[in-house]
Amino acid sequence: MSALHQLTATELLAAFAREETTSVAATQACLDQIQQHDGRLGAFLRTSPEAALERAAHIDRKRQAGQPLGPLAGVPVAVKDVICVKDEVTTCASKMLEHYRSPFHATVIERLLAADAVLIGKTNMDEFAMGGSTENSAYRAARNPWDEQRTPGGSSGGAAACVAARMAPLSLGSDTGGSIRQPASFCGVVGLKPTYGRVSRWGLVAFASSLDQIGPLARTAQDCALLLEAIAGHDPRDSTSAPQPTPAYTRSVTQPLQGLRLGVVREHFGEGLNAEVESAVREAIAVYQSLGATVTDISLPHSRYGIATYYIIAPSEASSNLARYDGVHFGHRTDEAAMLAELAAERKALEAAGDRRGLDELDTPLVRMYRKTRSEGFGLEVKRRIMLGAYTLSKGYYDQYYVKALKVRRLIRQDFDRAFEQVDLVIGPVAPTPAFRLGEKVNDPLAMYLEDLYTVSANLAGIPGMSLPCGFTASGLPLGLQLQAPAFAEERLLRAAHQFQTATDWHTRAPSL
Amino acid sequence: MSRVEKAPYQIIIGLETHVQLKTQTKLFSRSSTAFGAPPNTQTSPVDIGLPGSLPVMNRRAYELALRTAVALNCTIPRYTKWDRKQYFYPDLPKGYQISQYDLPMSCEGWLEISDSKDAFAPKRVRIIRAHLEEDAGKSMHDEAAGKADSRIDLNRAGTPLLEIVTYPDLSSPQEAKAYLEELKLLLLYLEVSDCNMEEGSLRVDANINLHIDTPDGEVATPIVEVKNMNSFRSVERALSYEAQRQYEVWQETGQTKGQVPKQTRGWDDQAQVTRGQRHKEESSDYRYFPDPDLCPVTTTPEQIEEVQRQLGELPAATRARLVSQFGITPYDADVIVNQGRGVLTYFEELAQASGDGKQASNWVQQDVLRTLKETACAIDAFPVSALRLAELLQAVRNNEVDNARARTIFAEMLGSRLSAREAMKKLGIEKVDASDLENLCRELLAKNPHVVTDVKNGKEKAIGSLIGQARQKNPNVNPNDVRRMCLELIAKE
Repeated sequence: MSALHQLTATELLAAFAREETTSVAATQACLDQIQQHDGRLGAFLRTSPEAALERAAHIDRKRQAGQPLGPLAGVPVAVKDVICVKDEVTTCASKMLEHYRSPFHATVIERLLAADAVLIGKTNMDEFAMGGSTENSAYRAARNPWDEQRTPGGSSGGAAACVAARMAPLSLGSDTGGSIRQPASFCGVVGLKPTYGRVSRWGLVAFASSLDQIGPLARTAQDCALLLEAIAGHDPRDSTSAPQPTPAYTRSVTQPLQGLRLGVVREHFGEGLNAEVESAVREAIAVYQSLGATVTDISLPHSRYGIATYYIIAPSEASSNLARYDGVHFGHRTDEAAMLAELAAERKALEAAGDRRGLDELDTPLVRMYRKTRSEGFGLEVKRRIMLGAYTLSKGYYDQYYVKALKVRRLIRQDFDRAFEQVDLVIGPVAPTPAFRLGEKVNDPLAMYLEDLYTVSANLAGIPGMSLPCGFTASGLPLGLQLQAPAFAEERLLRAAHQFQTATDWHTRAPSL
Repeated sequence: MSRVEKAPYQIIIGLETHVQLKTQTKLFSRSSTAFGAPPNTQTSPVDIGLPGSLPVMNRRAYELALRTAVALNCTIPRYTKWDRKQYFYPDLPKGYQISQYDLPMSCEGWLEISDSKDAFAPKRVRIIRAHLEEDAGKSMHDEAAGKADSRIDLNRAGTPLLEIVTYPDLSSPQEAKAYLEELKLLLLYLEVSDCNMEEGSLRVDANINLHIDTPDGEVATPIVEVKNMNSFRSVERALSYEAQRQYEVWQETGQTKGQVPKQTRGWDDQAQVTRGQRHKEESSDYRYFPDPDLCPVTTTPEQIEEVQRQLGELPAATRARLVSQFGITPYDADVIVNQGRGVLTYFEELAQASGDGKQASNWVQQDVLRTLKETACAIDAFPVSALRLAELLQAVRNNEVDNARARTIFAEMLGSRLSAREAMKKLGIEKVDASDLENLCRELLAKNPHVVTDVKNGKEKAIGSLIGQARQKNPNVNPNDVRRMCLELIAKE
């Protein structure tokens, strides 16, 4: 048997069942891996070794006592720090929530616990899930395990990096415009963004409510199936959660699909697509063809408006969702004494200068508290998006931007509806490039936004999308393949992904740390 | 008011009423809506706007709102949605209020108002819209700013409110008051709200201005929004004051609508004046947009029909029915209906059982209502049931007792909780039989020959002096019976 941290969740569960190892041993192996490498990688913001080992021991005892066990019994799971765990710190990688402890569990956490999973820590991310490189974390940048000079992607950078670095077999991320799929692609792991409404958002700190979905990251489609099955399902606490039964993904994932019809999106192979990415994706398509799939050229004519649409809708919702971080009820608040002293000094200076207008316009203490709290608590990218969103929702601009974006969103959805009349899955690249260097795009927000070119459409249309390893660049960086399916057809995605993984071994390769 | 009638202007008033719906829990969370709990004890993550929390619509609140909207003759669109109204304020924890902007759950209705004393002609007050929204929390400010912190109570945050907005159809403070009274009555009949102004479950803001006739044509004064009116009476007074104030300001400044920004003024009940409130023009862009956490609500015509069917009779129809069914005056019907469902039911039972609507109306308005008021008792807890009172009224109708005796019996029934018969028995009140009455009258006539003479000379009034004597001898005799018998006996002589 390989070292425990090298095992997939499915392998671990089998080993537990055969009593070849214990959850404590597996959890310890993951913690050791974190201990050894995370100082460099920055995949985690916090780990909870004692609590994790204690819980692992508890589950081991349950197993020994022959008690019924959940489907993830004893498997270590990492959780993106945008998902609330009761009484523990959830920061969203923001200074704003540095000490914030949620009084409740997210639904997905309740379900993980009910499945007897072991939570080992909270993973690093772009602040409030805004970004594509995890460089927007207020705490530390995360690094790509395949090349530490490069980004693991984002916003679920930590979630993908920790799986790639064998620190956890499973992790939960969130995807608003590609935040699971793009880092999965950059780190050479599997990531699935479920259909909007498939997984409850209760306890997921909102970035853009109509786009956010929690989803699994793992090394295999089988493991993704395992984790998705545990967390999916209707939740009455989330009005947008779909009242759909959850299929038994773990049972169906290994069944190959017959006569799979794949759609290759013409628009996805245009300008801006890195040549190595393109050839890896084309080879992957050939693999499917060799497995009996047919390939059809399709068009998603409105996909070219995806980025523009996304960068109106997401910031609009974000500007609203983040209004609650005002220093009044929870989270960071500016130093009040200093703030009041500053105001008093300003007032005095204005009075001395006889500046009536200045005095008139001077902030009230409340407004100054808001101003300073939010200036201090939020990072640049978050502020940029709040401003964008506040602008696109303002009087006079609302129809021009937001309403129009909603219309285009509908067209993008209709494009997919039409495409899925012809094909079972849409296949293509995840991101236009492999993992880029840290710092490379930090000062070029537009270039950063273009990273989401192929992923935002799934969020806008509400359909599921998946990223799986399909090769490497000459320099050894992993490359990802994206599959997209009609709403609630995750089963099809997982089966197709598994089929690919039985024919290829990209997903078995590990970075040398 | 005569001043208004003489004034060379027309008053234009529109009202915005916030009604707290009678739900156990909040509009989007399961926290209790009960009034008066210690601060911040009725809050959930949703009410506080904690990260990761999500709203879920309270079906019951929507049902109550729908019932009200249907009763207000509103159009119910098939599709309604929730919008976020965004502004920063400490008692608004999410930074936005969930409300309804461009697709409210109801619109274009009306409520008919009239005055039973004809102070104004009956009219339909048109309703622009009625929409659902969540309430904000409550701020308690330290007046000496900077000396102590302001405090926030979020118990109220998230309480369901129905905002009902009228067209500017009201042309006097009296009409405004009448509209509010009729609206409140309707809401109480529908059992959708407690309408308790002191607890804030009914709040009113008014928009008012004047149309003034000038030699150069009609001009309009700037519209003022009046707030802080804590009773219907203060609404009436605030609007009267405000109309006069606007007229005086116009005479002084000549300012008309559009020349100055819309002003908000608060009613100072102590000083009986409206005072300008600081207005913040910059806060007027609420950046409304559809709340992505909530699903739109659809209402089918069948559902609306079902609500309509279950509405029952509404006050206006009840008034008309009481007049035709029980033969009482419109004024009396108005008084009874305005007392609410409890008193109405009592009256109807009484009128049915006693077979005399007029008497029932008199007794309810005089004796029952007075007693309720004096004893601060609710009609449900009234010690004399309608059926028992009906028994008494029948005794009056059958001439067993007169009204004065009946009141004595009623007092006994109130105190001892006896039935009318039992109370009469206890008080020794019984119908005097014909022979006893005749004997008594013979005896009195024999003792008072001058009365007999007077009557024979055409002075029938003289009998009056015998009635007092008769009642002294037997308190149960009916004065009319005594009169009739005496006259008969004299005529026979």
